[in-house]
Amino acid sequence: MSEAVALVVLAACLAAAVTRPSWAPDWTVAAGGAVLLVVVGIISVKGAREALGQLGPTVGFLAALLVLADGCRRAGMFDALGAWMAVGSRGQPRRLLAMVFLAAAVTTAVLSLDATVVLLTPIVFATAARLRTNARPHVYACTHLANSASLLLPVSNLTNLLAFRASGLSFARFGSLMLLPWLVALAVEWLVLSRAFAGDLRRPGLRAAAAVDRPELPTFPLAVVGLTLVGFALSSLIGIAPVWVATAGAVAMVVRERPDPSGALRAAEPAFLVFVLGLGIIVQAASQHGLSTAVDALLPHGTALPDLLLVAVVSAAVANLLNNLPATLIILPVAAVSGPGAVLAMLVGVNVGPNLTYVGSLATLLWRRIVHAHDHETDMGEFTRLGLLTVPAALVACTVSLWLALQVI
Amino acid sequence: MRVVVWISEDTWEACVDWARALVPEGADVTLLHVAPADVEELAAHPGARLLGRHPPPPPGPPVRAIADEEAQALLESARSRFARPAHTMARRGRVEREVVRACAGADLLVLARDGELRLGPKSIGPRTRFPLDHAPCQVLLVWPEEPPGIETIPPPPRPKRH
Repeated sequence: MSEAVALVVLAACLAAAVTRPSWAPDWTVAAGGAVLLVVVGIISVKGAREALGQLGPTVGFLAALLVLADGCRRAGMFDALGAWMAVGSRGQPRRLLAMVFLAAAVTTAVLSLDATVVLLTPIVFATAARLRTNARPHVYACTHLANSASLLLPVSNLTNLLAFRASGLSFARFGSLMLLPWLVALAVEWLVLSRAFAGDLRRPGLRAAAAVDRPELPTFPLAVVGLTLVGFALSSLIGIAPVWVATAGAVAMVVRERPDPSGALRAAEPAFLVFVLGLGIIVQAASQHGLSTAVDALLPHGTALPDLLLVAVVSAAVANLLNNLPATLIILPVAAVSGPGAVLAMLVGVNVGPNLTYVGSLATLLWRRIVHAHDHETDMGEFTRLGLLTVPAALVACTVSLWLALQVI
Repeated sequence: MRVVVWISEDTWEACVDWARALVPEGADVTLLHVAPADVEELAAHPGARLLGRHPPPPPGPPVRAIADEEAQALLESARSRFARPAHTMARRGRVEREVVRACAGADLLVLARDGELRLGPKSIGPRTRFPLDHAPCQVLLVWPEEPPGIETIPPPPRPKRH
């Protein structure tokens, strides 16, 4: 009975997040669901407090990263990136795609998938439009890399932040183990996208990039981001939790850019943070009442290559069924038992897998199909076809390279 | 005679030039641009991909406004290159289907190959292939630049051995 109630609450929470009803915002459903599970005793107060204690620092870390990325936007870093891509393309669509790859890979790795999706993608669209070239290859690349280039650092994706804490790895070791899989993911994306759009990319002579002003280097945000990264790398050596490094970076950007207080608060997206905390408690309750056992039966427990491959594939499948955030919360405790190798393989699955559909999960896509059956739903067939080419290849290639990295490093 | 000239970012100059060279003076010419709705959707509603997140729209002109502005600018460039009276039409949607729809009642569609620069089916990409196959009118298919030489023709298929 408890198991069924916990699963129903979890389903309601995910349904609210996917369908976004105006009368029941997802964060209220997550928070209300968590409170309900505590009140009816499906999860004890102690259990809920434990879940909050585990998630709290991660959510704080996330808030700091969101504020840092927003500060970079205010300081004009993304506009400068757009101008830099336009100038660097030298009138060649293929060069523009290379610049987009570079910008999206670095933005995702350093400022997280969210920054690439929310802040960089519209800039990439505008840059391609102003250069009078087909924006499709560049926007697709940016959208794909937001997921597949989020393997590198703990800060690249919320899933990584969650896994980072559970893995016990230092920031630097996490990054060094994921460097090869990250590069391999970029290579797979480049091979597939540059071939798929070969015709679009071949044509020379975009509208003169000279029309674009040479960007002024946004030195302050670059310096803050650079120092924050150095701080992350050194955090375990000097014994400071990386969350404080991120907080210092966020504070530096707020002090410099001085957004109005409500602007700074909005940048941290408090509703989203509440959603993550609520979802965490709900998943914890469901895990205690059978979900964990079910996942345990599904996942292999070794760290040999076939085990890691299976972990990645199962994680990608669950991410497509439920979205990658709940998938991570569900799989992580089970994968963590097998050690950091399994945790990182899970990340390959939950980070690369969502590229199968443009909305991040098959469940969301199906829901949209049902809801919008009679609307002019945008056709995303081409995006899905490219996902079918890149996702399986990247899953296998990244997991094999992760296995190699685990043998060597 | 009603003529639709498809103005797409990468190949419009060739279409305009060949329309000016081959379409008789006095023809009713429409220069057509179609904005890809799927690409705009990816750029304009990024929050839809992130579960639980509702990011505020970034300041500055929205994606749709930039797309409209650039489409108009492109159509104006095409009109001035054409140097003859012409209507302009800006549409939005699934590009290849909108091109076919815009051809209803037209006599001729002018469009360009958008694939590889060599003889053969790969010289036509999927977004050009569809209007080429489905246009309810005559079609003038031009090369976007100097056509490739006859030496780029693929070799004849080998006879099957049994």
